[in-house]
Amino acid sequence: MERRIVSIWFRYLLTDWLTVRQPDLKDKALVFVIAQRGRKVVTAINRKAAIEGISIGMPLADAKALVPDIHSVDENPGHKDRLLKAIGEWCIRFTPIVSIDAPDGLFLDASGCTHLWNGEKAYLQEIISKFNQKGYHVKAAMADTAGAAWAVAHFGDNACVIESGKQSEAILNLPPNSLRLETPVLERLYKLGLKTVSSFISMPRSVLRRRFGESLLLRLGLAIGNEAEFLEPIQPVEPYQERLPCLEPIRTATGIEIAIQNLLEALCKRLQAEGNGLREAILKCYRIDGRIVQAAIGTNMPSCNPQHLFKLFEIKISSIEPALGIELFVLDAFKIEEIKPGQEALWKTVQADTNNVIQLLDRIGNKLGAETIHRYLPEEHYLPERSIRASSSINEKPAISWRTDKPRPIELLHKPEPIEVTAPIPDYPPMLFRYKGKVYPVSKADGPERIEQAWWLQSGEHRDYYIVEDPEGQRFWLFRSGHYDSGRKHNWFIHGFFA
Amino acid sequence: MLTDKQTIISQLRKEILHLEGFKAASETAIVKGMEGIEAAFPNGVFPTGTIHEFVASGEYASACLGFISSLVSSLVLNESTCLWISTSRDIFPSSLKSLGIEPDRVIFIDLKRERDVLWATEEALKCEGLSVVVAELREISFAQSRRLQLATEKSRVTGFILLKDKKINSTPCTARWQVKSLQSATMGDLPGVGLPRWQVELLKIKNGNPCKWQFEWTAKGLIPVPENPSQIAVTEHHQKAG
Repeated sequence: MERRIVSIWFRYLLTDWLTVRQPDLKDKALVFVIAQRGRKVVTAINRKAAIEGISIGMPLADAKALVPDIHSVDENPGHKDRLLKAIGEWCIRFTPIVSIDAPDGLFLDASGCTHLWNGEKAYLQEIISKFNQKGYHVKAAMADTAGAAWAVAHFGDNACVIESGKQSEAILNLPPNSLRLETPVLERLYKLGLKTVSSFISMPRSVLRRRFGESLLLRLGLAIGNEAEFLEPIQPVEPYQERLPCLEPIRTATGIEIAIQNLLEALCKRLQAEGNGLREAILKCYRIDGRIVQAAIGTNMPSCNPQHLFKLFEIKISSIEPALGIELFVLDAFKIEEIKPGQEALWKTVQADTNNVIQLLDRIGNKLGAETIHRYLPEEHYLPERSIRASSSINEKPAISWRTDKPRPIELLHKPEPIEVTAPIPDYPPMLFRYKGKVYPVSKADGPERIEQAWWLQSGEHRDYYIVEDPEGQRFWLFRSGHYDSGRKHNWFIHGFFA
Repeated sequence: MLTDKQTIISQLRKEILHLEGFKAASETAIVKGMEGIEAAFPNGVFPTGTIHEFVASGEYASACLGFISSLVSSLVLNESTCLWISTSRDIFPSSLKSLGIEPDRVIFIDLKRERDVLWATEEALKCEGLSVVVAELREISFAQSRRLQLATEKSRVTGFILLKDKKINSTPCTARWQVKSLQSATMGDLPGVGLPRWQVELLKIKNGNPCKWQFEWTAKGLIPVPENPSQIAVTEHHQKAG
């Protein structure tokens, strides 16, 4: 999947921050200063100060000469970084991966997030308007690469969404500063009259490398997308994994049991704190001969109960071959789901019962395979084999009620089996039939019940079902496929047995 | 005077049962639709929380399944779940509804080996959340049956074991049943197939009296077939129309 990166530039980060807290500073020229080599130097300005001609790096005395009533505040070292980090954490509402772009920007990895805001334009607009409402001046842009997004955010139009693959066109008319270059390289570029990216982007790489060094090529590659840029997230997504290295190699079942218990306890503690439960987990045992032995479990409902999960692993312990010994256990929970808190019933203990049943099904599913467990729900079809559908969940309720208007056999053959019959024509029930080499005379019969094929799903002939009973009281469900036809031999089938 | 004697006798019987180690079924687990056959059971209550075996050889398997389903329907109360464990299952869930079971409350476990069926059944019988466990097996040995019986004694889950083999081992089960299908009857010998009718034989019952009945499955549940055939035909057809 293609990456989409948003770059946000806070033009007046510190001054905006102070203005939010002291709104009366809004119309004043405001600067932050820091003491450097025996004088005070401007480190941050606001919009008003910028209009008056004050720039960052100017001594405070010069600034005061320009604007006599300037309001200056001493900057607290490290304050900017803390502020940026806090804003970055707030931005996790837009995407899980937010990275800090020092000194005054943020990168948001918006891949796969924008559809939640109805498109990229709306997404970007939402970010900008949220910051504007809070009182921060921001410029933001979105592109495939962090470099291009940064360039457009700083030097292009505000709220600009660069289409996928168009990043090189987007940066053509921007100045070389937009490539995040070092000052000596920039100076050399300007000296040579290369004032836009377009003036040197088509030059041979060898020439650029010789004149300006490797860094220009790297920065250009980052902007166009030839080089990969790694964004370091503020809050790294921690995998649900627990490791247990062993000092002595483990060779006994008891040892493995203790290891699994320790791992599960640590994992479940974390899951419980986050309100999550485990659905699928894998235990990897690293043996000292270099092999890895695995045991996987799955549950029907998310669970963070170490005792229950241990029971599931207990069944698998016999399949873990320690050989010379296991030196490292790694428990990986790769499928996690939120646990829905169960409501405690006052009178009935249905909840506890359901939990017991689910734990039982987990054990059966893990030992004998999850595909052995079946539960059925009704479907709106007349054909018997289509009138039920397997449900994958234990708690799913039937959407329609079960039909009882027509008698259905208690045993239904998976596939109707052909039988030989003697039946009066054209459509009477059979008088006797032969099934598996035995002849069954028919003493009573009911029918026919005609069931047409579901033509929109499958082709075939309609079926005329008869309920027949032999003198011993056994009841069968037979059908004739299609109309009576003397030319055809096998068009009678047995499909089930009644109770 | 006579009633006094009878109450004293029934009291003494109960005491003897108690001394013999018989645990009475809990009062709440009254099984509905069992009128007329209760006399055969100890204390006149259908024994739940134990193992019942059903002998269903060959052609009578579906009649036996029908009778088991009708018993299950009277035991599956409220929201509780039923587990159906087998190797070669042909049960059609839709039909269970007409036998009184909500088919979506039954969880089917289809296994390949008999050994796995026994393991799953034992695990299921230990699980207190279930009401009934039905297992289809070819045969069962004394030791296997004993294990299942011990599992139920703790959890009070009722286990129905359907045995398909003709050969019957002696097992410590509480009750053993045999079900055969009977010709159905319609009102006034009209053409057509009537309601399911079974001949149910209680071959063995601990602390009870083995007995034999004929039942018909109607909308009201299991109804013993009365002696006079014309009488039942009327009621049954009445219900069928409804």
